[in-house]
Amino acid sequence: MTDNNATDSASVEPLLKVEGLVKHFPIRKGLLQRQTGAVKAVDGLSFDVRPGETLGVVGESGCGKSTMGRLITRLLEPTGGKVEFAGHDITHMSAGQLRPLRRDIQMIFQDPYSSLNPRHTIGTIVGAPFKLQGVQPEGGVKKEVQRLLGLVGLNPEHYNRYPHEFSGGQRQRIGIARALALNPKLVVADEPVSALDVSIQAQVVNLLDDLQDELGLTYVIIAHDLSVIRHVSDRIAVMYLGKIVELADRKSLYEAPMHPYTKALMSAVPVPDPRRRGAKSERILLKGDVPSPIAPPSGCRFHTRCWKATEICGTQEPPLLELKPGRRVACHHPENAEDQVPDDKVLPSAREAVEIVSVSKAEPASTTEPASKPGPVSKTEPEPDSV
Amino acid sequence: MAAYFIRRVFGAVLLLLVVSAVTFAIFFLVPRMAGQTMDQLAAQYVGKDANPDTVAAVKKNLGLDQPLYAQYWDFIRQIFVGADYKFGPDVQHCDAPCFGYSFKRHIEVWPEIVSRIPVTFSLAIGAAVIWLISGIATGVVSALKRGSFLDRFFMSVALAGVSLPIFFTGMLALGVLTVQWPIWSDGINYVPFTESPLDWAWNLLVPWCSLAFLYSALYARLTRAGMLETMSEDYIRTARAKGLKESRVVGKHGLRAALTPIVTIFGMDFGLLLGGAVITETVFSFQGMGKYAIKSVQDNDLPIVMGVTLTAAFFIVFCNLLVDLVYAAIDPRVRYS
Amino acid sequence: MSEVSKEQTVGTPAAAALGEPVPAQRSGTEDTFLSVRDLRIHFRTDDGLVKSVDGVSFDVKAGETLGIVGESGSGKSVTSLGVMGLHHAAPNARISGEVWLDGEELIGADPEHVRQLRGQKMAMIFQDPLSAMHPYYTVGAQIVEAYRVHNKVTRKVARARAIEMLDRVGIPEPGKRVDSYPHEFSGGMRQRAMIAMALVNNPQLLIADEPTTALDVTVQAQILDLIRDLQKEFGSAVIMITHDLGVVAEMADKLLVMYGGRCIERGTAEQVFYEPRHPYTWGLLGSMPRIDRDQTERLIPVKGSPPSLINVPDGCAFNPRCPYADIPKDNITRTTRPELTETGSGFGSGHFSACHMSQEERTRIWTEEIAPKL
Repeated sequence: MTDNNATDSASVEPLLKVEGLVKHFPIRKGLLQRQTGAVKAVDGLSFDVRPGETLGVVGESGCGKSTMGRLITRLLEPTGGKVEFAGHDITHMSAGQLRPLRRDIQMIFQDPYSSLNPRHTIGTIVGAPFKLQGVQPEGGVKKEVQRLLGLVGLNPEHYNRYPHEFSGGQRQRIGIARALALNPKLVVADEPVSALDVSIQAQVVNLLDDLQDELGLTYVIIAHDLSVIRHVSDRIAVMYLGKIVELADRKSLYEAPMHPYTKALMSAVPVPDPRRRGAKSERILLKGDVPSPIAPPSGCRFHTRCWKATEICGTQEPPLLELKPGRRVACHHPENAEDQVPDDKVLPSAREAVEIVSVSKAEPASTTEPASKPGPVSKTEPEPDSV
Repeated sequence: MAAYFIRRVFGAVLLLLVVSAVTFAIFFLVPRMAGQTMDQLAAQYVGKDANPDTVAAVKKNLGLDQPLYAQYWDFIRQIFVGADYKFGPDVQHCDAPCFGYSFKRHIEVWPEIVSRIPVTFSLAIGAAVIWLISGIATGVVSALKRGSFLDRFFMSVALAGVSLPIFFTGMLALGVLTVQWPIWSDGINYVPFTESPLDWAWNLLVPWCSLAFLYSALYARLTRAGMLETMSEDYIRTARAKGLKESRVVGKHGLRAALTPIVTIFGMDFGLLLGGAVITETVFSFQGMGKYAIKSVQDNDLPIVMGVTLTAAFFIVFCNLLVDLVYAAIDPRVRYS
Repeated sequence: MSEVSKEQTVGTPAAAALGEPVPAQRSGTEDTFLSVRDLRIHFRTDDGLVKSVDGVSFDVKAGETLGIVGESGSGKSVTSLGVMGLHHAAPNARISGEVWLDGEELIGADPEHVRQLRGQKMAMIFQDPLSAMHPYYTVGAQIVEAYRVHNKVTRKVARARAIEMLDRVGIPEPGKRVDSYPHEFSGGMRQRAMIAMALVNNPQLLIADEPTTALDVTVQAQILDLIRDLQKEFGSAVIMITHDLGVVAEMADKLLVMYGGRCIERGTAEQVFYEPRHPYTWGLLGSMPRIDRDQTERLIPVKGSPPSLINVPDGCAFNPRCPYADIPKDNITRTTRPELTETGSGFGSGHFSACHMSQEERTRIWTEEIAPKL
């Protein structure tokens, strides 16, 4: 590791260590169902999760963030790479070998409706982990389950009710109680609040916060909502097409994103402040769609949509380098940092990669000026959007 | 699309082979497992005055002295190239497709089946037309007028149709229409289409309706459920938001999607019927495949049972193949997956 | 300003509406294109009467965007279906109130006439473009159909129009993609195609029901930009229904906040965002993690869950969840329904809220207790 940020990472042994993680889902076609290709859902991820922190993982649909979550909880078996949890290599452990570790790694799912068995009472659901692990909690399962229900803000008296009697937010609390039953060390939450209404979402976000403080949990929170990620995370990994393009602490990532994709992503989020659309607020509008993970672009996977792309970007994949303390970015021409390959020839596609649009609607369109130089916006100054 | 088609045909052929192997195994292997020797088996074909020589001859003639896989291979081979059956000096040539020879009746199996196919087909096709039209129409009306008197009436009738067995409704119709009010005063007898299309249809009308009553009840319920589901889809709301007339919303956008599962089930039902509508044929004394199958089972005439089973299996597999192709035509999403 | 100055009293929609001059009867670009008065849509179900929309009024002018904000079950989508005359799809719907579209009253009008207006004068796009388009017909066929219902043209002309529209909404190779099926499009492309279909007849009112909720954030930005662009070009009135305050802040000129089937606050975007005067609006703002701030404190959520629409509290619908419900108020019982009243505002007139607390009290709570924490 080239981490020279001695204050936090070097001194602490990471709880979860992921190296070169790969997951390809084979595609079978034709008469004989031969494998003709693979969906490269996750294609070489390396990161650490330190005890007690919250790692946010953000990206658009198809970037592989959910697959990543299922790999590190070993609900899926990786195609390649290594996952190490608290010193144990769990990459290819069998279900039997994993069983004792399942206590320490728990998952919370997105859909509070389909992840709870409708035929079981919530007492049974929340108590199931004890049964599966053969654990007899102090004071009996029922008492422990009621304590957990209280912990997540549900009425312990509701022990005998069924999931359909609860609202979406309450169901998500039940899911959280179940995940916490065995006192896990690591909780991986895949879109924990995206199915919930705004006011309920805030309740669950706060609950996750409180539980972390109280129980010393470590979180990996996977979400597509950049505002939620900003609120809950200590460090954030931004994913694009199966790769991490940027990994940094929250503050610097949002204030001065280094990867062009991160920058475009943040600039796309509508800000709940009507005044911003009046003034000079501008937006980098990526064109087109995310390419298919079956045949991802060569070199840097973002080069087909990047306004800074040069020749090297199409041929050579940029490594995830620590360009500033605690900030890793995989880009040949990062924002807010020194250009790694200056003077390279700009690709013609880059000139039409983005539109800079004004978010204001009153003024006439000042739009559609293609980026003439690598970077339509100044490299050193942070975007007004990201302040 | 071509790969999809080829895969389906390939699958269908494979399925037929499996069915034939299983049928073969049941009819030829099970007696052996029950402890019957080859001699005993052969003796069945000879009759009472069996002497060891004739039994041995029959055994050789039938290939019973050969290993099972060789017998199966011969069975499959004769379908395509035909076979010769020797009876002492006489040689009975059985042309391809040869589905065996009934030693009990001394007839070839295939021409017997072929002669019964028109009866079964006439019954199945006519009934299918009636039940599709009436079943789907009632289903659609019921779905659109959900909860109304009409809906409840239709669904009660449909419940009756599903619950009443055909030997009850068929017998009742036969009794009422030939005896009570003798509209069909001469009884109901199958008249080949080639002889007189009018008499053909007239005589088949009652069996058609009896058979269709059962099925249209089933299809009405299926259509109703399918329509109710489809009409709550988002794209129906979109169709209405475009300002389409309700008739077009229902007919073009609703019905087409609701019919997709019906096509699947129709393929199976129709294929099954082509193999013989056993009860209907029995009730109306039609010499169709179903009745023939029952009779051969009663007579323990194995070659005929084999032949009928395989023919029926072929129709079912074939209809399902058709369904797969029709499915691809209806739902574009199938073509590309 | 054609905004109504006084909200009608509850329960007497006809009388109140008569006393109210309806501005939409005159037409013209500056005038109100859509005017809704005391709209109520109730559904009889086995469990009881579902009051999905219970007395909602608003105006939208040509070229203007109205944002309707609310959580699930607040009645925001049903409101739009009522305007379109699509509430009939659900059995046992009962509608009352007035909907004036370009000078015509629609609620009492002949359904056949309203059908002809649908897709012609008013059009709608929906949340999930995959389920909102018919999977068995090509995108082109569906647009052609939408065009030919309202225009007597040949298939060929309509197809050319469909290609033109696909091109206008930014679909590459429209001449080829016109024959594609919806499942062959990406999510963003599908929503573009939906927009093309909705706008094919140049409607003067576009209702967008959560148009970007199912889309990724970069695609959402593209779609919002497209809607804004098209609105500028055609000067249509837009109703943007969403739960996302970021989207309305960016798109809407005026805002309507709904809760439990009722409008609890209404005003310009500035008024509602900077001087909100209803505790529920405060709750929404407090619940929202901010992309634009490095905020480490806890969010300030609304406690409890939204009411069931069968059992909306008699008085203020928000009462059971309101942190200020126990503050004593003069002559107010728990069953008195608060009316929308105009709120004094630093952002001009037209700001209404429905709360029993006094203006002064609410201003004080907002400036002293809520605003500093956001």
